[in-house]
Amino acid sequence: MSWLLKGLQGVGKFLKLLLTSSMGRVGIVIFAIVAFIAIFAPYLRTVDPIKFGLPGNQLLPPSAEFWFGTDRLGRDIWSQTLYGSRVALIVGFTAAATTVSIGTLVGLTAGYFGGKLEEVLMRIVDFFLMLPYLPLMIVLAAVLGPSIWNIVLVISITYWPYTARVIRSQVLSIKERAFVEASRSVGASDRLLIFSEIMPNVVPLMFAEAVLMVTWAIYAEAVLSFLGLGDPTTVSWGWIVNRAFASGVIRDFLWWVIPPITCIAATILAFTFLGTAVSDIMKPGYREAKGL
Amino acid sequence: MRGFAGFAIGKISAAMLTIFAIVCFNFVLFRLVPGDPARLLFGDPRAGPKRIAEMRELFGLTGSLWEQFVAYLDRLFLHGDLGFSFVHRVPVMEVILDRVPQTILLIVTGLIIAVVLGTMLGAIAGWKTGTRLDSIIITVSLGFYSIPAFILGIILMMIFSFGLGLFPVGGMYTIGAGYTGWAYVGDVAWHMFLPCGAIVIWYIGEYVILTRSAMQDVLGQDYITLARAKGIKESAVLFRHALRNAILPVVTITGINLAFAVAGVIEAETVFRWPGVGRLLYESVMSRDYPVLQGLFLMFAVAIVLANLGVDLIYGRIDPRIKVGGGQ
Amino acid sequence: MALLEVENLKIYYFTRAGAVKAVDDISFSVDKDETLGLIGESGCGKTTAVFAIMRFAAPPGRIVGGKIIFEGRDILTMSGEEVRLLRGQGIAMVFQAAQNALNPVMNVGKQITEVIHQHEQVTKEEAWERARKQLELVGISGDRAKSYPHEFSGGMKQRVGIAIATACNPRLLILDEPVTGLDVIVQRQLLSLINDLRAKLRLPIIFITHDLSVIAETCSKVAVMYAGKIVEQADAISLYKNPAHPYSKLLIEAYPSIKGEKGRLISIPGAPPGLLNPPVGCYFQPRCPSAMDICREEEPRMVAKDGHMVACHLYK
Repeated sequence: MSWLLKGLQGVGKFLKLLLTSSMGRVGIVIFAIVAFIAIFAPYLRTVDPIKFGLPGNQLLPPSAEFWFGTDRLGRDIWSQTLYGSRVALIVGFTAAATTVSIGTLVGLTAGYFGGKLEEVLMRIVDFFLMLPYLPLMIVLAAVLGPSIWNIVLVISITYWPYTARVIRSQVLSIKERAFVEASRSVGASDRLLIFSEIMPNVVPLMFAEAVLMVTWAIYAEAVLSFLGLGDPTTVSWGWIVNRAFASGVIRDFLWWVIPPITCIAATILAFTFLGTAVSDIMKPGYREAKGL
Repeated sequence: MRGFAGFAIGKISAAMLTIFAIVCFNFVLFRLVPGDPARLLFGDPRAGPKRIAEMRELFGLTGSLWEQFVAYLDRLFLHGDLGFSFVHRVPVMEVILDRVPQTILLIVTGLIIAVVLGTMLGAIAGWKTGTRLDSIIITVSLGFYSIPAFILGIILMMIFSFGLGLFPVGGMYTIGAGYTGWAYVGDVAWHMFLPCGAIVIWYIGEYVILTRSAMQDVLGQDYITLARAKGIKESAVLFRHALRNAILPVVTITGINLAFAVAGVIEAETVFRWPGVGRLLYESVMSRDYPVLQGLFLMFAVAIVLANLGVDLIYGRIDPRIKVGGGQ
Repeated sequence: MALLEVENLKIYYFTRAGAVKAVDDISFSVDKDETLGLIGESGCGKTTAVFAIMRFAAPPGRIVGGKIIFEGRDILTMSGEEVRLLRGQGIAMVFQAAQNALNPVMNVGKQITEVIHQHEQVTKEEAWERARKQLELVGISGDRAKSYPHEFSGGMKQRVGIAIATACNPRLLILDEPVTGLDVIVQRQLLSLINDLRAKLRLPIIFITHDLSVIAETCSKVAVMYAGKIVEQADAISLYKNPAHPYSKLLIEAYPSIKGEKGRLISIPGAPPGLLNPPVGCYFQPRCPSAMDICREEEPRMVAKDGHMVACHLYK
């Protein structure tokens, strides 16, 4: 299990480095806020976001009682916005985890074992990469049906090839290095090599990919919900926008749509900044330039 | 085979193979639907058994899976038949073709503007890396590029349609106004401004960042110093030497990123109710018009393959290493 | 007055961690009939120094002091325009035989005509004719003018580089490691080409390299650089026969001779000092076999000895 420890140590160092970049700091701050909201939503003056509101409460502008106003069914938009963060983060992280897992598995296998296996796997990967991602997600979501876990599945199916490609490249370049040593020593087993040489170098990349995938997953969930393919029983930011558009009255009730789109944009930006910070850190010479 | 001809044949054959693979994939995708495909394919849950049997015939759902597949290929390649839309009551091909021109108008205009502006800004940012101007350009580009296109569209709509009333809220032309000739063109252009704007803003970021990084790579090369050592003017160094080389990876990327263009246009059309294939996709999902959905997916995927092919062929002509290749 | 006089040139790199003294107070000169060889290990500052003659200083590098006087005028005080006009026409440069020393998307003829058009008023046809003649001059058929760089081998690309540099009849030619990385046979061919051209065009040359044997073939005068400073200057034959500075001695001894008795390969132990916080006293002292106490305290100054200029406490 020492490879796991080495990997985690790497991650720890990584996080410290992240704080040295200005983009990294902004990203972490926004993420912290969103995470806070997601966790403590029930305690932040919210009510059940889906339950129909009282008649007469429809389409109210922001007030002391309803901080963001109400929607067409009298529901509190503030509550919807806050609870939406949960969906964003849960879908974001779950989908990122599955995508990176599948992608790494495939990329690692292809890169390490090479030969026919690699050829076959990479053909599949290349084929999927050819398919345009949004039509693919839309069709998959339409075919599989609206449920939050189907959305996670759809996202994973669509995005795993990107990660597979990246991981395989990395494995190939490590293979160049590690095997030279390995071939000199007494033939070490595949398993040992994978865990002691390759994994520690792949884990940081997995982490970087995971950050990227969270960005894409949040976007995917938002756009699918906006298009009406999301789970109608869960409150997500995209769902709020979809309801607002469907009502046909957003022209006069902009506050319905402003909170969710601000949240989507801010969260995606946060993770994008984190992603940029991560790739900056991984470039050689970063430490020297910062005078560390 | 030497040079460009060999290169072109290789690329075209690969594209044909990919298209065939997509066709097969498309077939499988819609047969994997949970539940009875027949029910799904004509989406009318109240239909009686006789109706269902008729529909099965019509949609080619009789016989074994293999027979269905062959029939599908037969209809597609030999007859150009993509099926029948129950919702629109006309062949799918007709429904789609009806909407394609509007999308092409939107996407081509948006892409051209985004690519031209994006490469210019990216070249400047790369040329002046490290300066304030560079930081501003990349931060703004990164910002725009990260925010989903549909959100950009909604923001534009809020500011310019609702807020300032400068542009219409949606659609392609003013209904009932009956414009013709140049007035019509102007009307369409006015309606196109915001959806196109959303696509441009979203897409430009990609090109800025890419050109900038390509430019940075190029500027580190010896031949740039050589050009200066010849006493060439800075502007000539930038255009004749740096940009001319930095453009190569940009052309390559355009091919790969067409998927982004497609996503952008789908989102923009949905937000602005622009009558193109992107909006059609949304409508078909809402109305459960599966034949159209299947046809659209095929169309999008094949379009991307062909567009990539086009880009590859263009690249083959502008990079002398390929154009004149076959040497050492 | 010498054609080129470099006086007390200082070039520092300003990084976050401090100033790196890449070139620290060097002086040398080149006359019309001379070929100066500049030799030293990688990173000793020779390329940086010579780039300054063309007023190339890549940030964070900056020329912080000294004079570079070419044909009586100080290049460091000229305007940007004047320097630009000088490049390619007054002083020309040939670069290292790297992958991308030539623009990959321009054919070689055009790369030559480009420099001609830049400095002279000629028609396209005239320029193209001259380009073809230049290629012939360096031993490449004129018919290949329309070919692209990737169609040439490394050695031939270097010839093209020379063709480009000599196109406008410069008064001084700088060669930056022109044969490094090429195989010995190609090296020999290129060196003999350079010698021929030098005689034919009566061209003074500054030749940068880390390879002693190359200097022996082509240079009349040699300057040895170490860690940003010149430690010895002499004419080539003198240097070989009687190297004064310990570093020069070690360099020459390190080079094995085909004739003579077999011995162990000598190399110079240690590595050059980091130039961010250079050591006190003589920079070479940590690796010097003749180091004395004073070497650790005081930096040696250049003195004349038997026709050489040496910076070493062994000589006073």
